[in-house]
Amino acid sequence: MIATPLAGYLLVAALVFAIGLAGALTRRNAILVLIGIELMLNAANLNLIAFWRYGPHPEAMTGMMFAIFSIAVAAAEAAVGLGLVISIYRHAKTTDLDQINRMKG
Amino acid sequence: MQELTQSFQPQLAGGAISSAADLLWLIPALPIVASGVIALLKQPRRKTAAGLAICSLAFSLLLSLAAFGHVVSGWARGTAVRETVNFSWIQVGTTHVELGWVLDPLSAVMLVMVTFVGLLIFIYSTGYMEHDENFTRFFCFLSLFAGAMLGVVISNSILLLFMCWELVGLTSYLLIGFWYQKPSASAAAKKAFLTTRVGDVFFLLGIVWLFAQTGTLLFYDSGAGSMEKLALGGLLVHPAMFGLTAAGAIGLLIFAGAAGKSGQLPLHVWLPDAMEGPTPVSALIHAATMVAAGVYLIARVYPLMEAGALAGGTTTALSVVTWVGASTAVFAALIAVAQNDIKRILAYSTVSQLGYMMAGLGMGGVAVGMFHLITHAFFKALLFMGAGSVIHGAHEEQDIRKMGGLKGAMPVTFATYAIGMLALCGFPLFFSGFWSKDGILEAAQHWSVAKAPFYMLVFGALLTAFYMTRQVSYVFFGTWRGHGHAHESPRVMTMPLAILAFFAIALAAIGTPAWPWFRAFLDGHMAEFDWHGFSEPGLMALMVTSSLVVFAGLLLGWWLYGNKSPSAEEPDALERAMPPVWAVLRDKLYVDELYGATVIAFYHWWAKVADWLDRRIWGGIVAGVALGFGWWAQLNRFLDTNVVDGSFDKGCEELASGGGLMSRVQSGRIQTYLRLLAVAVVVLTAILIWSSRG
Amino acid sequence: MGIAFYIISALTVCGGLAAVLLKNTVHCALALTVAFAGLALLFLRLDAQFAGFAQILVYIGAVAILVVFAILLTRGSDTPKDGVFSKTWLAGLAIAAAVFSVLGWAVLQAAPWLPHETVAPNVTVNQIGEALMGRYVLPLEIVAVLLTAALVGAVIVAMHEKEGAK
Repeated sequence: MIATPLAGYLLVAALVFAIGLAGALTRRNAILVLIGIELMLNAANLNLIAFWRYGPHPEAMTGMMFAIFSIAVAAAEAAVGLGLVISIYRHAKTTDLDQINRMKG
Repeated sequence: MQELTQSFQPQLAGGAISSAADLLWLIPALPIVASGVIALLKQPRRKTAAGLAICSLAFSLLLSLAAFGHVVSGWARGTAVRETVNFSWIQVGTTHVELGWVLDPLSAVMLVMVTFVGLLIFIYSTGYMEHDENFTRFFCFLSLFAGAMLGVVISNSILLLFMCWELVGLTSYLLIGFWYQKPSASAAAKKAFLTTRVGDVFFLLGIVWLFAQTGTLLFYDSGAGSMEKLALGGLLVHPAMFGLTAAGAIGLLIFAGAAGKSGQLPLHVWLPDAMEGPTPVSALIHAATMVAAGVYLIARVYPLMEAGALAGGTTTALSVVTWVGASTAVFAALIAVAQNDIKRILAYSTVSQLGYMMAGLGMGGVAVGMFHLITHAFFKALLFMGAGSVIHGAHEEQDIRKMGGLKGAMPVTFATYAIGMLALCGFPLFFSGFWSKDGILEAAQHWSVAKAPFYMLVFGALLTAFYMTRQVSYVFFGTWRGHGHAHESPRVMTMPLAILAFFAIALAAIGTPAWPWFRAFLDGHMAEFDWHGFSEPGLMALMVTSSLVVFAGLLLGWWLYGNKSPSAEEPDALERAMPPVWAVLRDKLYVDELYGATVIAFYHWWAKVADWLDRRIWGGIVAGVALGFGWWAQLNRFLDTNVVDGSFDKGCEELASGGGLMSRVQSGRIQTYLRLLAVAVVVLTAILIWSSRG
Repeated sequence: MGIAFYIISALTVCGGLAAVLLKNTVHCALALTVAFAGLALLFLRLDAQFAGFAQILVYIGAVAILVVFAILLTRGSDTPKDGVFSKTWLAGLAIAAAVFSVLGWAVLQAAPWLPHETVAPNVTVNQIGEALMGRYVLPLEIVAVLLTAALVGAVIVAMHEKEGAK
């Protein structure tokens, strides 16, 4: 099989990251911002795994452990974040981020 | 006068000062202290005030008599007493300001005269001022005056003399303007003060010059005084100006001061107006004592005045004194002829007699002038007090045309007044005035410079007899033309009159050529009773001449006025005879008008100039400065508001707007923050890559 | 097998694109799921089996479901009237593009020096378990605490407020 270079995985990860960032920066709905953030986290995970695989000591499992913990933390963060969004929705009756600017300085 | 034995031996310097001389300072001090105490008393305490004043002056009289006795005893023993007590008052650098007093024949006789006449007038005042509500204030001022006058008499330092001189002037002002609610009285007081001030300025100049030239303020100081040979010699060496020596110039300056105080021409204008004061004041101050102070001053500085005189000759200073005195004598006598106010006649008479005294000093020396001063003090005080009694009896009427026939209603006053009047005229033989005036006439006759003063003084004697007769006829003879009933004055007023009348006669004894005790006493040589004194060549002729002149004046006056009683509306007898002359004489020879047109007019003009200067120039400068400050303040305010405040405000605004700008970052929108984060990441990464590449 | 990489990558990228571009929020969530699946496959390709299955279990099985729940609870199915993108969407896009370009540039820069594929590691679940209990016990426990805290926090945050002030 033709070995895919590491650069390929990295580029894919970068692309997904950029896509997630674009979503987080441009979409109005708060949940979609969270979706974008999840995408970014996933892209980072891909990066980790890729570097683990192509790294010098894959048997140390460092990269994979890191990715696993990242998944766990991301899950927790998604839970809390979505809970917050729901709570905000109850107060502001909307999830439109353009309208939620009470932290305005 | 024949030359008697040689002058006495002067008292040796270094001799013990007698207690009389040591305590001499008490004589002026007691009345001044009394004055101070009276000033603190309340109005109703009249008896206390009068009592204090009279007691203090009585003590001074006793001390003066004691001092006089001491000097007389010294004279009897053949020593010329002159004791001085000097002390240094202030020290400025190396210069000492010295004060002191002197006891010698001159000051001794003056002390006795002033305290005696003063005491009599004090007693008289208790009766005269009884109905006045300012009784205590009167005695306060009177006491102060007495103390100051006595200070002038005993002073050995020309500075102390000047200080007391000014104090005398001040009290004169206070007493002339005693009834200050009357505008004429306060105006007269001001006039007196200002006129004497003119003289005092020259006096001060003389003092300063004398001090600068001789280096001492004291008259007698064991050989170092300004009246002693050493200093006088120094003064003669320096010629001053117009051919005068320093001694002459200083003498003239001092005479200017004396002329002011003693009412000599042309500074006589204040004396008649000074009659606005109460009669005791006129008697004491403007007859007997203060006006005599000028004469006394000349007598005191006589060594200076006669310094440089050659034997038988005279100095310029003394010549000036003589001419001024003689002119004053005639001038004032002329005016007195046409006056209608009883006191004013006496005032002009005083001016005239002061002229006599000055002439006597100038031509005959200290003794001649001083004798007339002493006798004049007694009979002039008598005349003034008599006039006061008449005014009192005629219910405060002072116009002689509204009096008359008082010799019956007021016999004691009439008798004493007649004695005084005859003494003043110089009625021969029994009256002291005759002998004192004759002394002056004799000196005038023998004066080496000119004969004119003699004739002037003789003419003055004629006029004196004439106007006094006129006055006495108007007042005491004829019929009563006043309102109400005239009555005699109380004993407290007539007793002093009697005492003074006695002395007006008695003093003749010490001045006759037979026994010239007064002259001998003052000049410091023996006097013996010698009828041959009358056999001086020309003396008898002179006595006869002067007697004839006096009789002529008396007869002329009696002929014109006699027992007739012209009412106020009728023209005076002399006026009918010579109307234009009368008008000029009545208007006081227009001296006041002359002053008004010249000096006063100049003063007003100058005051206007000064006012213009003050308001326009100085005021303009001040206003200009204020304006400048105003501009400056406005400029500052402009700068402050616009530049300082402005820049500060601007800065704050910029800060605020900057802050406003910055706060727009805090949009409250999460996506904005995210974007910023992302941008930061990009930038950082780029930097990292670049740096790692490089 | 290079072609499998491209297909899976394309799937992932398309899923991601769909997730951020679709109007309907639920569709976005489902597209996200597709993206997750694609990533899981990529993990498997990289011989990280445990990570891949963990990805499927956690992300697709929990996070995606959670997202759908949240969307449904917040009426995210309704399309907003002003459009789904913010007014300044271009700036966000530009920034994302900038980020991608930087990252891409970094990768391409370093491409010659990147390591090549090595022998596939033989990682057993046993080893992973031992590693978790051995070397990574601390992170494990911390993550456990974190999960507990997140659980409690999420419950509190999303809980209905009591009536009246507390």
